Amino acid sequence: MKTENRIDTLFRNKQKNVLSIYFTAGYPKLEDTVPVMEAIEAGGADIIEVGMPFSDPVADGPTIQESNKIALDNGMSLKKLFAQLAEMRKTVSLPVILMGYLNPIIQFGVEKFCQKCQEVGVDGLILPDLPMQQFLDEFKEVFSRFGLRNTFLISPQTSDERIKAIDEHSDSFIYMVSSHSITGAKSGITQEQERYFERVGQLGIQNPRLIGFGISDHESFTKASKHAHGAIIGSAFIKVLNNASPESLNNDIGIFIKGIKNGEYDYTSKA
Amino acid sequence: MKIEIDKNGFYGKFGGAYIPEMLYPNIEELRDSYLGIIEDEDFQKKFYDLLKDYVGRPTPLYFAARLSEKYKAKIYLKREDLCHTGAHKVNNTIGQILLAQKLGKKRIIAETGAGQHGVATATVCALMGMECTVYMGEVDMERQKPNVERMKLLGATVVPATSGSKTLKDATNEAMRQWINNPVDTHYIIGSVVGPHPYPEMVAKFQSVISAEIKKQLQEKEGRENPDIVIACVGGGSNAAGAFYHYYNTPGVRLVAAEAAGLGVSSGKSAATTALGKLGILHGSRTLLMQTEDGQVVEPHSISAGLDYPGIGPVHAHLFDVGRGEFVAVEDKDAMKAGVELSKLEGIIPAIESAHALHALNQIEYKPDDVIVINLSGRGDKDLETYIKWGEY
Ligand SMILES: Cc1ncc(COP(=O)(O)O)c(C=O)c1O
Repeated sequence: MKTENRIDTLFRNKQKNVLSIYFTAGYPKLEDTVPVMEAIEAGGADIIEVGMPFSDPVADGPTIQESNKIALDNGMSLKKLFAQLAEMRKTVSLPVILMGYLNPIIQFGVEKFCQKCQEVGVDGLILPDLPMQQFLDEFKEVFSRFGLRNTFLISPQTSDERIKAIDEHSDSFIYMVSSHSITGAKSGITQEQERYFERVGQLGIQNPRLIGFGISDHESFTKASKHAHGAIIGSAFIKVLNNASPESLNNDIGIFIKGIKNGEYDYTSKA
Repeated sequence: MKIEIDKNGFYGKFGGAYIPEMLYPNIEELRDSYLGIIEDEDFQKKFYDLLKDYVGRPTPLYFAARLSEKYKAKIYLKREDLCHTGAHKVNNTIGQILLAQKLGKKRIIAETGAGQHGVATATVCALMGMECTVYMGEVDMERQKPNVERMKLLGATVVPATSGSKTLKDATNEAMRQWINNPVDTHYIIGSVVGPHPYPEMVAKFQSVISAEIKKQLQEKEGRENPDIVIACVGGGSNAAGAFYHYYNTPGVRLVAAEAAGLGVSSGKSAATTALGKLGILHGSRTLLMQTEDGQVVEPHSISAGLDYPGIGPVHAHLFDVGRGEFVAVEDKDAMKAGVELSKLEGIIPAIESAHALHALNQIEYKPDDVIVINLSGRGDKDLETYIKWGEY
């Protein structure tokens, strides 16, 4: 039996409008990681996804490619990240998920990586280049030994059968990629996308679902939340970080997150 | 140990399909259908007819008398440089475009470094009347301008990859991203034995025509199918995989792979993956990869754009790992010398990639009567400017 972690607690208490915010560790400045996390929590989001920067992020669009590059240029590494996160549980209580690509983790050492995650209080992982079979064959055992939940992605092309299999092997939320796309794609939600959301909604899967990729404002967040437990915002948030000054960073994050939730935010001038 | 791919797409520890879920349906479709399609009689006939009439196969196995005299061995050159478009790359693009048609795809995308694979892809797309987009690093577009124009002349759209180091690995990233964005109607023609399973084995199968021909031709010329040594250069490793394929499991045949050492293996400016790489994951497969200790992929360097890749196909990582392949690292200056030497001795100006394989003759041991086949993967026309800049001829 698994012990309950922060992800379980969140979804037990909240089934609608769950807001998960992604940003890249070490961006915009190397030491911004934990302050940005604190601001995301203060702003009223529900989950924090911390991106581990990689030189070759194949599932990401220009905005997140750029934030990865800047973070690496700033000197970000997994070693540095764990040092930054060492004290995070003193100030951050939301579920924290690390998101990134496999190669840096393999270099760091998978076992050591998982141990560090547990030590600093990370709840789960999203690794876009880790498909289900490889997860089951090589990673599942060690993740669960260190209490880490793995989130799988599904896309409009994923068959019903495979979605059910993924659901069966999931112990976190399912990340519904909103369209055929890399991150940071066109904004807004089409009818075709809504039909996909509805199709997945009717499959009767047991894990909660969050919709991500191309969610950027109050309207798309609300629409996505209608069809799932909530949504994930990445590129649009990175743009806020990019446009903020060091002094305004905290404030801008708060305004953006509140705007996503209640609609009072002028995206055209800020993002 | 038998060199072969297992049912999960691994050669020993290397290979697999580490891809985002968004690409899973495409990769699954390829994995489940490629063997059935390419082993089909009708497909085989179309493939070999095109290789014969359009590409100009079989390419000659040429006994290089003056080179042999100089190196005191019996040296044959497998003349992939005489393929249409000037390199072996077209063997693979012919195969994959026929496959794409069978799969009902309407568009083709590809990555390219030196532009040879891009040209070979643009060529077969023109041949089949299919829309073609080639991703190429901005830096490479500058270095390989004539090939950019060739692709355009053939009707392809060339899109600069502007992220990262703006070379081959970034072009590959961009092609993968665009495949994620267009998964339904588009086929991605990968240019070497890299990428997620089944690409490495599929590309090797299309290129294996090289060693199939060598066997037959050597039988005619030497009365034996097996040389003592086969030498090929390795970027991603497709020409080498093709030249080695039918000899993988013939222990008497030595397989020599020439990697690019750039300015020297320990200079920080090289592409000698087996010498410098560690186990990693890039572009969908687990393989040897040049990377920092934090697991960031490093920028390789080679004077030849076609060898300028930080990884190596998983089958070569396996050949290296189990000791079946002998890997030598050839420096820029030595490759250039070998290219000039072949030009003067045999009247053949090789691609600088292939010149790396030629120089390996100086870096391995062999006996005076050994029969050595060197895979001359491409011709040097595209490299004229580099030869001119080099100047020492
Ligand atoms: C002539 C030639 N040889 C070799 C290569 C390296 O590729 P591979 O190792 O896949 O054969 C290239 C790549 O562009 C090439 O153009």
